[in-house]
Amino acid sequence: MSSTIVSLPDQSTARIPKTNFLTKENGLLSWLLTGDHKRIAILYLISITFFFFIGGALAGLIRLELLTPQSDLMATDTYNKVFTMHGVIMIFLFLVPSVPATLGNFLIPMMLGAKDLALPKINLLSWYLYVVGGCLVIYTMVAGGVDTGWTFTTPLSTHYVNTNVMSTGMAVFIAGFSSIFTGLNFIVTIHKMRCPGMTWFRMPLFVWAHYAASILMVLGTPVLAITIVLMALERTVGIGVFDPTKGGDPLLFQHLFWFYSHPAVYIMILPGMGVISETISTFSRKRVFGYTAVAFSSVAIAIFGFFVWAHHMFIMGISNYAVLVFSLLTMLVAVPSAIKIFNWAFTLYKGSITFETPMLYSFGFMGLFTIGGMTGVFLGASGTDIHLTETYFIVAHFHFVMVGGMLMAFLAGIHFWWPKMTGRMYPEKISQMAAVITFVGFNLTFFPQFILGTLGMPRRYAAYPPEFQVLNVFSTAGATILGVGYLMPVLYLTWSLKYGAIAGNNPWQATGLEWQTQSPPLTENFTRIPIMDHEAYDYEWLEQQQAKEVASVG
Amino acid sequence: MSDSSAIAQGAVAEAGTPHGEHPPYQRHHFESMDQQADATNFAMWLFLVTEVMFFGGMFTAYLIYRNWYYPAFVSASHQLSIVWGTTNTAVLITSSFTMAMGVWCAETRRKSGLVLSLVLTLLLGLVFLGIKSIEYHEKWEKHHVPGLHYSMEAFLNPASDPAVFKEYHDKPMALDMARHTELYFFLYFAMTGMHALHMIVGMAILIYIIFRARAGAYTSGHVTFVENFGLYWHFVDIIWIFLYPLLYLISRHQ
Amino acid sequence: MSDLKEIEEAQHHVVSPKIYAIIAIALLVLTATTAGVSYLELGEFNAVVALAIAVFKAMLVVLFFMHVKYSTKLTKFTVVAAIFMLMGLISMTMADYMSRAWGRW
Repeated sequence: MSSTIVSLPDQSTARIPKTNFLTKENGLLSWLLTGDHKRIAILYLISITFFFFIGGALAGLIRLELLTPQSDLMATDTYNKVFTMHGVIMIFLFLVPSVPATLGNFLIPMMLGAKDLALPKINLLSWYLYVVGGCLVIYTMVAGGVDTGWTFTTPLSTHYVNTNVMSTGMAVFIAGFSSIFTGLNFIVTIHKMRCPGMTWFRMPLFVWAHYAASILMVLGTPVLAITIVLMALERTVGIGVFDPTKGGDPLLFQHLFWFYSHPAVYIMILPGMGVISETISTFSRKRVFGYTAVAFSSVAIAIFGFFVWAHHMFIMGISNYAVLVFSLLTMLVAVPSAIKIFNWAFTLYKGSITFETPMLYSFGFMGLFTIGGMTGVFLGASGTDIHLTETYFIVAHFHFVMVGGMLMAFLAGIHFWWPKMTGRMYPEKISQMAAVITFVGFNLTFFPQFILGTLGMPRRYAAYPPEFQVLNVFSTAGATILGVGYLMPVLYLTWSLKYGAIAGNNPWQATGLEWQTQSPPLTENFTRIPIMDHEAYDYEWLEQQQAKEVASVG
Repeated sequence: MSDSSAIAQGAVAEAGTPHGEHPPYQRHHFESMDQQADATNFAMWLFLVTEVMFFGGMFTAYLIYRNWYYPAFVSASHQLSIVWGTTNTAVLITSSFTMAMGVWCAETRRKSGLVLSLVLTLLLGLVFLGIKSIEYHEKWEKHHVPGLHYSMEAFLNPASDPAVFKEYHDKPMALDMARHTELYFFLYFAMTGMHALHMIVGMAILIYIIFRARAGAYTSGHVTFVENFGLYWHFVDIIWIFLYPLLYLISRHQ
Repeated sequence: MSDLKEIEEAQHHVVSPKIYAIIAIALLVLTATTAGVSYLELGEFNAVVALAIAVFKAMLVVLFFMHVKYSTKLTKFTVVAAIFMLMGLISMTMADYMSRAWGRW
């Protein structure tokens, strides 16, 4: 436990390599017109961080309002707008692109031994689409916000609200295409750009997870696009597909919307699981237990994930038989998720575990995601769902999965690959502290909400009965701690850009191809195309490689 | 660590020969022309998959409402002209054929053949849209465009529309069901309109390709772009192949 | 190795104009047939026949015009995946609508 695997080069002589993707070209245009997947990843990282903090500020406002039972900080209408914008920003502008568009973009070509993604221009286009979508969201906020909830539920969104539904819808539509193009690019790259010797079962599990998530993006997002188009037409021209007075069925909107938006949950979590596979293996110095099972469980989640969407609609009046079927299918998704958790646990077993920051976040992920996933099973069972849905139990459940799961994984990944992206280490002690603060703050924020939910506090209201106040105060206090936990990485990571220790090629002694080249990498990633002659996570190969290097230098 | 200087040298060497020995249209990050063609072809297929799902939402809506409001959908579909629909199907299939011929001409490096095929494809596309607009215009005249001016007269009192009545002898519908014909027409306009939009986008690209083809861009061995565009064009054809029976044919006798 | 060869073949297989012409004629004939059949009184089978012909036509376009017959397994698999998901969307949604009325007559 006291030991560490970090091995940095001698700081007195080490320098960041002069030629790398950051220094190759200068000037704003060289960034805005770049085709380099690594630069696009950095652009994405900056933009999603920006939106994360806007969404986070809105979350702060929500918690502040809920400090007291009355709606006193803001009007109830404003509260509706605030939680809607929080949802739209966090889901479409942060969680969906978070790991794939930043870490995935940066690492997939490198892990596969390729020079770039298959379609660099499409990759850049997808970033621009994201920015346009983001600008529309900002416009929406400036123009007065929208209060439909992020789900655009009809007929509320089409008939009853008089806020900026159209601009938000357009933002989601455009951001959706950004995610389609990212997914498409990943699938093509994974199929066609692998280096010699990189067979499917030698790919890092990070790539497998992204492959599964990309399938979901490509197959699911277009359905969201057409749903948004129909919703917009319903609102502007009054076409009637979702309007009961004209014979339409509002539930059809729900079907089409959740056909995307449930798989979207897996779009968000699968890449996070990919990160965890990498960190768990590296920091326990062991090959991931049951590599094949973990790889296939990603694909299984992708496939099962498509056929469970109606569990969002149990109380909406779908047929009882459909409830039965979808409830059963929902339980099935728990199986591949559990396979992953068990396999990670077995990877830890008898491993030489060290507790660097990425590993702390990964432990956070495993614990919180398990709680989030298990409560998902409660909600998948239609009986308990009828009691718990539309209460804070749901809110706590998906925040455990999305924030406790995905955001922890995102932070684990950012810390883990930070030395690769920038060439410099982040400060270890303070970041470990940030990880612990985040974990504590998270639990204090969201665990009380499980209790509030079971007690029956409904979600989406600015006011609540006074007897719920104690737990809400806990929750708000936790949110404050959580906010500190998220601000710290921004500060010390920025600091490390100039003052961090020089990381060298492979500070973690990790096995992926991305670690076998300089950091930050060259624009072409490798001086020559690597040949993959060993299995993934083969630490003996790495040792031999290093022994050879030492011998040749000596 | 030890080979960082070697890496830097490698980078310099690489930067020194920007194009190496591969053809000018090969992007740097691909190892070979085959890999590039393969990757872009696969990407095009994936894009078409997203298009299938995009239209899938509307097909789902159509099937559900046709089941719910069967009489309304049947009568409303009687307002469409099978002759125009069939003609348009034939036009679109022919344009698919000329597109396929264009791809063949590009593959076998026949420049004038390629340009001719593409121009024919463009013209047939225009014919299709022309016929479509005649149909749309007819709906407009009859107040069958959903919205404020929508009229249910033809369904409440079928005899008021003698041309259609003579052929189908529809019975008058109760107001409650007749209202739902608007839903049919909405889906009709949404589906054919989205299809037409795809054709317009396709034709804009086609014009670009024609200019490039005249300059000989696709008859010197680099045919990927034409091939991929061909896939898109055929896909648009397939959507119509399904719209045609669903909207025009299957309700004729019900 | 055989995989590589397959890719090569897919890249360089040029479908002859003769096949294109045959397919185009077949498609036109099928269009005429489906239009003609719609004038026959077949009850429920009108829809079945019309959709069967549409599926067959689409198959011809996909296999020959779009070269899938000569393509790699990956392309074929992609096509199948698209059809599978579309069927999933339609059938699972329809299942709800169909079963809503069950037990209520």
